[in-house]
Amino acid sequence: MREGRLLRGVHRTHTGVHPALESVLAAILGLLVGAVIMLLWGYDPWQAYWALLKGAFGGFGYEIPTSVARGVPLILTALTFSICLRAGMFNIGAEGQMYVGAAAAVTVAYLRLPYPWHLLVGVLLAAAAGAIWSLGPALLKLTRGVSEVISTIMFNWISRFLVFYLVAYVLVDPRQAQRTVRIPFSARFPILVPGTDLSAAVYMALGFALLVYFLLWHTAVGYEVRAAGLNPTAARYGGISIRRTVLLSFALGGVAAGLAGAATTMGLPPTYAIISGLPDLMNLGFDGMAVAMVGRNHPIGILFAALFFGGLNAGGRVMQFYGENPVPLEMVRVVMGTIVLAMAIPELVRIFPALVRAGRALVRRAGPAQGEEA
Amino acid sequence: MTWESLLDLLRITLHAMVPITLTAVGEIVGETAGLFNIGLEGILLMGAFVGALGARVGGPLVGLLAGIGLGVAVSVVFGILATYAKGTQMIAGIGINLFALGFVAFGLIQLGAPGFHAVQPRDQLPKLSTPMGALSPLIFVALLMPFLIHLFLQRTRAGLILKAVGENPEAADVAGINVNLTRLLATTFGGALAGLAGAYMSVAWFGSVTKELSAGRGFIALATVVFSGLNPLLALAGGFIFGFFQSLATWIKTLPTKTIPWQFVDMLPYIVTLLVVSGVVGRVRFPKALGVPYKRE
Repeated sequence: MREGRLLRGVHRTHTGVHPALESVLAAILGLLVGAVIMLLWGYDPWQAYWALLKGAFGGFGYEIPTSVARGVPLILTALTFSICLRAGMFNIGAEGQMYVGAAAAVTVAYLRLPYPWHLLVGVLLAAAAGAIWSLGPALLKLTRGVSEVISTIMFNWISRFLVFYLVAYVLVDPRQAQRTVRIPFSARFPILVPGTDLSAAVYMALGFALLVYFLLWHTAVGYEVRAAGLNPTAARYGGISIRRTVLLSFALGGVAAGLAGAATTMGLPPTYAIISGLPDLMNLGFDGMAVAMVGRNHPIGILFAALFFGGLNAGGRVMQFYGENPVPLEMVRVVMGTIVLAMAIPELVRIFPALVRAGRALVRRAGPAQGEEA
Repeated sequence: MTWESLLDLLRITLHAMVPITLTAVGEIVGETAGLFNIGLEGILLMGAFVGALGARVGGPLVGLLAGIGLGVAVSVVFGILATYAKGTQMIAGIGINLFALGFVAFGLIQLGAPGFHAVQPRDQLPKLSTPMGALSPLIFVALLMPFLIHLFLQRTRAGLILKAVGENPEAADVAGINVNLTRLLATTFGGALAGLAGAYMSVAWFGSVTKELSAGRGFIALATVVFSGLNPLLALAGGFIFGFFQSLATWIKTLPTKTIPWQFVDMLPYIVTLLVVSGVVGRVRFPKALGVPYKRE
């Protein structure tokens, strides 16, 4: 389990400064790099960010609910990554587990049930599918020692083609070949703010985040999972079954990713189906890793980070149509990647004082020369 | 099944082997020195894009050089984060991959058609005509590189220093070796090869760039490194195996009989990667200090 060592420094901040401050600094750094790239390509970053901010948080009627709606699947895929990271593993498989969960959620269209039960069955199917799909990498790790970094990525590609196949041949709507059958009204999450994408799926995401918090920090099993992540050797000496913590954290992560699949099918108007090419799902699993990092791999931190990234996505959609020379939505992912790079630095907060000190030293060196002249 | 069609399969395999082998042997150098870069996928993708840009400006050689340059630039950032800044290598690698997804999609839009850019035939690297048909010259680079790196790691003082830095950085430090600088150089070399592999895909092989051109090859290269146990010669064999199954998928799709849906054919390389890796792990030993930033006590 050599990944255990690769994780050193992920959980704690070395500086003792409040972790949220580092996340904010990383976000600022990401936005700055984004601005530089926009300038290089001849865009006006000021105008773009202004459009993004207005589009993300400009009002309570449409903008903020839309940002929250975009954050919902990110909360869940971020939890997938964070649960496993807390257990000492790099689960990059949320993307594929979410695809499989979404496909499972669509199968409720073939069932006939009254409203709350139909919805519930769909959610459970998606959760189970995500969990089952996540067991592949977990078992390969336990039985064959395969690094989950490689296996989860391979499972992502396999599930992608599997769901392509299901969308094209099995779940396809006979009248609309470019998408699957639609999820019936009795299995849809009710819309909370009319005219927006914000559905009751947000309660599911919030509830699951709180459940993960309770499980990891307030139960014995959760303590074992975190202990195994901090120091697998010591945990094993302490009588903790690594086999159990690996299976549990992968399964729990798979449930979260499966629920993200449910949220993006049963809770996302107007299609309530999977469209060929998976445009509504693509990359949400990877974006979730950025959310997890900025949320410091803590369920409560993830909620705030998901709101920030949901806002970036929602605002980015406004930004790409704003002004004479609009900035493409893809810019948002450039910003995300930079933020994650910055989050990799354990002593980010110290870099700024160091720069200030270096600046002062320069001034001081220049200072006496001026003093002598006077 | 004809003789020509089998020869086709071999030719596609040789072409598919190049990016995996180059990326894998580069990563072997980096991992020998103790750095684990999961951002290779992103470097491949950005290398392909920047390579296509370079080819448009100055022809195929400029394109390949641009890919190398991109690989160097990205891995210098990664290397500094992983050494001097004592950052978490896994997180930095994830950041590179995310950044690449956005950067290439953004860049493709700037070139006109979103999602796709074709490299003009005159900007593509010409192929050599051989008895086996037209082969890219980079196939020979990819065949030679593992041997050069094997010699470098086994027979030179510099190769020994790399191993020392990966196995026991404290001892290397005491012996007067600059641990961080050595690691930075090693990972930069690996990044340069990954950048070249990326540019090869757009400038010499596919002749186009898409948002998903790398298609998991960076991770398949990581699987190849695991398979090889840090032996460059085995990485060549691994690159050939994985290249073969990618080609087999391409080749099956060209067959007139369509018995298997293409989605299942496309899964093949990823399933084989899982099978091969799960067959070899356990007997592989990695450097002791792999993935751990070096801090002087």
